[in-house]
Amino acid sequence: MTEDRSLPRRRRFRWRPGRPGGKRGRWPIRSAGINFALGYGVLFLISATLFLSFIWWSSTNLLNQHVRAFIETDAQELQKRWTYGGAPALGDAITDRLEQNIDDDALYLLTDRHGRRLAGNLPGWPVAIKRMDHFYELTIRRYTFTTPAEFKAYNLPHGFRLIVGHDIRGRTLLSTVITRTVIWCAVMIALLAVGGALVVRDLFRRMVGSIARTASAVASGDLNHRITLTGSETDLVAETVNTMLDRINRLMEGVRQVSNAIAHDLRTPITRARNQLEEALFSATSPDELRTAVDRAIGDLDHITGIFEALLRIAQIEAGSRRSAFTMVDLNQLLTNMAELYEASAEDAGLRLHLDTRPLPPLHGDERMLQQALANLLDNAIKFSPPDSTLTLKAHPVPSIAPSGHPAPENGPAGVEISVRDQGPGMNDADILRAHERFFRAESARNTPGSGLGLSLVQAVTSLHHGRLTLTQAHPGLKVTLFLPLTQEAEQASRSVSLTEGSS
Amino acid sequence: MRILLVEDDPTVRSFVLKGLKEAGHNVDQADNGKDGLYLAIGEKYDIIILDRMLPGGIDGLNILETLRGQKNNTPVLLLSALSEVDDRVDGLRAGGDDYVTKPFAFSELLARVEALGRRGHNDSAPETSLTVGDLSLDLLSREVRRGGQKIDLQPREFRLLEFLVRHAGQVVTRTMLLEKVWDYHFDPQTNVIDVHVSRLRQKVDKPFETAIIHTVRNAGYILRPTQD
Ligand SMILES: Nc1ncnc2c1ncn2[C@@H]1O[C@H](COP(=O)(O)OP(=O)(O)OP(=O)(O)O)[C@@H](O)[C@H]1O
Ligand SMILES: [Mg+2]
Repeated sequence: MTEDRSLPRRRRFRWRPGRPGGKRGRWPIRSAGINFALGYGVLFLISATLFLSFIWWSSTNLLNQHVRAFIETDAQELQKRWTYGGAPALGDAITDRLEQNIDDDALYLLTDRHGRRLAGNLPGWPVAIKRMDHFYELTIRRYTFTTPAEFKAYNLPHGFRLIVGHDIRGRTLLSTVITRTVIWCAVMIALLAVGGALVVRDLFRRMVGSIARTASAVASGDLNHRITLTGSETDLVAETVNTMLDRINRLMEGVRQVSNAIAHDLRTPITRARNQLEEALFSATSPDELRTAVDRAIGDLDHITGIFEALLRIAQIEAGSRRSAFTMVDLNQLLTNMAELYEASAEDAGLRLHLDTRPLPPLHGDERMLQQALANLLDNAIKFSPPDSTLTLKAHPVPSIAPSGHPAPENGPAGVEISVRDQGPGMNDADILRAHERFFRAESARNTPGSGLGLSLVQAVTSLHHGRLTLTQAHPGLKVTLFLPLTQEAEQASRSVSLTEGSS
Repeated sequence: MRILLVEDDPTVRSFVLKGLKEAGHNVDQADNGKDGLYLAIGEKYDIIILDRMLPGGIDGLNILETLRGQKNNTPVLLLSALSEVDDRVDGLRAGGDDYVTKPFAFSELLARVEALGRRGHNDSAPETSLTVGDLSLDLLSREVRRGGQKIDLQPREFRLLEFLVRHAGQVVTRTMLLEKVWDYHFDPQTNVIDVHVSRLRQKVDKPFETAIIHTVRNAGYILRPTQD
């Protein structure tokens, strides 16, 4: 055989180690902690700069306003002097002020109509000052240094002119202070960021560490390891992972169980077949004896094939791929036909099959699988029923439930309920819980034929239709109920059916 | 009948080949898709039995599609180890007439082959009645008579009898009945078909001297008309 050729060639995925950043141009730092701290540092730096800029802007503004107000009031006062005593009084006043000015930041200049300097501490008329009633900011030379200053010039009568100014080197001072603050801030933020990065990274590591330890324990085979909850934000992840691990554990348990069961349930008939054939080979004395042995062995092989097929079918249904083959199924027809098929076998076994159905809306589903599920239930009921008892196949639509909790028939049915009830021995609660497990057979069923896959398939089919399978004790007997929800499509179709019925 | 068997597994091939020859058929065989296709196109067969998975790049479905593409309507029975319902649907959609999954009982295969071979012959005008020996079915009024005596049948019993009559002289298996009469594709564990056949017998055979419906051990049922 060339099975291997028909298999799709498996694509090979190779993990390529390389630059940690992967593609070029990507941010090179991978550590979340460091990135976090860096981001914080940058944010901090930006906000500190913004904050200091604002302080700088508002304080220089304030300073300027202050200086200008000072210049204006000073000039007004000096002009008043002029009205009292003309140029000499003004000159005296200026000289007076200069002497009293301890800060040495006031600047004055009084000139006559020829531009000669009469008083003040400015060496001459600055060329830049051409207009009156306008503030100028100029850099001037004083003693040995240069400094910025604010000026305003005033016209006095008879061509005299006055300049009042103010040294504003305070502003330079302020700017130095602020610049220095910014630099210090940056240094401190950098230090804090680095320190923070280390702390945060450590914190992150510790948070992730417990998850990582659990994951690696699980990876190395210890499925019972769980993440300890610490009350931090990672608990959300931890809980999810723990739930996931629980589910995996359960699945694994299931797989283990199934493989044990497969081993047991397939080995038994295989062993039987083998023993029979071997015995016939060595000790059969007539062709008839040989034939009987071979016949039985074939029967056992068919049984094994049956188990195989059922297992495969269940697996296929559980994979959910069959949902693509869903069509609108007429359950009324399906139930009638099924009852008709099984009515004869029931009668043959001395049973009555009672069909009790209400009209059902069409259901979006897999007709073949629904038939199969129903057949399994009827097979069971017939198999486990005592003679001269009644089986009931019942089906009715289930009304929707309004949010208030009351039935809401105006919304149309929410689903359909199909049940098969017998008057046999029933099952105890412990067995009911396990009934849908693969290969499960109650102790009392040991003497009946079967492999314990029937209800597993019913369960799989029900899940495929998003439904629910319930087993209840019916005293006497067992009642198996399938609830199948109607999907939207089914609802629409049922509505259109009732419309056409109404119009005809 | 002239049959072409395309199957790559030598054991299965010789097993089927031997069985078909013993049943009196004339069988050609091929063990790969290329030879199979060559024979299927070049020769005239009553039935082609095709394994779905074949070596050599041409598998059963390819052959089937090529044949149908050339308007060749020879009945084709597909053999396959794939038993998933979808695979079956694929096979039938591609133009296959029947489908048997491995492992199979030879009796099942033979019954289906003979049923297919028969079908090829009588697709002329639609009949209104069927007659076998002293049994006659009126397909329009759904009336059944045996030796002039009217027999009352339920609709399903009528369809069951009709199927048996259409395949009179051939073995039909329980699975075939379940598939063709009830359109079900699952294995019921209980003897549902047997019970229905025995009910039919109660009505068709019991009141008369000779039985026409017979059980074939390990295979199924056969309707054999009374020789008079
Ligand atoms: N109607 C019933 N009454 C009493 N017990 C039941 C009934 N249906 C199922 N059971 C119990 O549940 C077990 C599992 O049922 P299930 O249909 O899965 O397997 P099975 O009928 O034994 O074998 P299989 O269906 O594969 O041939 C049965 O073996 C039996 O013990
Ligand atoms: Mg069962």
